[in-house]
Amino acid sequence: MSFTPQFFTTAESLVDSLDKKVLVILRDGRKVIGVLRSYDQFANLVLQDSLERIYVGDAYGDIERGVFIIRGENVVLLGEIDGNMEDTLPLRQLSVQEILQRLREEAEEKARKDKLRFQLLRKQGFSVDFADNDLY
Amino acid sequence: MLFYSFFKTQVGQQVTVELKNDLAIQGVLESVDQFLNIKLKEIKVVDSERYPHMMAVKNCFIRGSVVRYVQLSPQSVDTALLQDAARREAQSTQQP
Repeated sequence: MSFTPQFFTTAESLVDSLDKKVLVILRDGRKVIGVLRSYDQFANLVLQDSLERIYVGDAYGDIERGVFIIRGENVVLLGEIDGNMEDTLPLRQLSVQEILQRLREEAEEKARKDKLRFQLLRKQGFSVDFADNDLY
Repeated sequence: MLFYSFFKTQVGQQVTVELKNDLAIQGVLESVDQFLNIKLKEIKVVDSERYPHMMAVKNCFIRGSVVRYVQLSPQSVDTALLQDAARREAQSTQQP
């Protein structure tokens, strides 16, 4: 098996996305939007002027994060953001405090529903024991 | 290398990539690499209401390690050819 350096033989490359505004989805479910400045063969990424966008229902909130270096193993997807379409999003922007409050409420609601669901499942003999914070 | 070669023949075809986080994305296969990373263009998220964050994204790069399935149309695949290729690959990598 011959060694072929990835940056020579790959048809696949992120060079077209360099210096563009991108959305990165991470394995823990976070969405980070920033300008892609650098990448490597592991899909490690460097994003500049990045913000973490939190979506709850029909609203979203941004947290400024500055320069992000993301380890490739945590990357699910990288998408180029279309500037025109971004302006016509049907979602409304809220402040960080509001969106975090909504997130907390959503998490509490989910915990309530899950508690009930798991109780029922356990009664049926199922073992419910998983950490759903890794989208893997 | 077999699947890398296979996916290269599928470039330009409509595919649906289902990820391990249950997100499914339909699009045209733009390119693939040795890690089976996938680049899709003209994407449409299946069940897009659940994923509003993808609304402004038209093309994307998907890391190979997060792919669960790649759904193809049966007409675009020559299964006999694939079988032959698999057989040849198995023979060439056979260890005593």
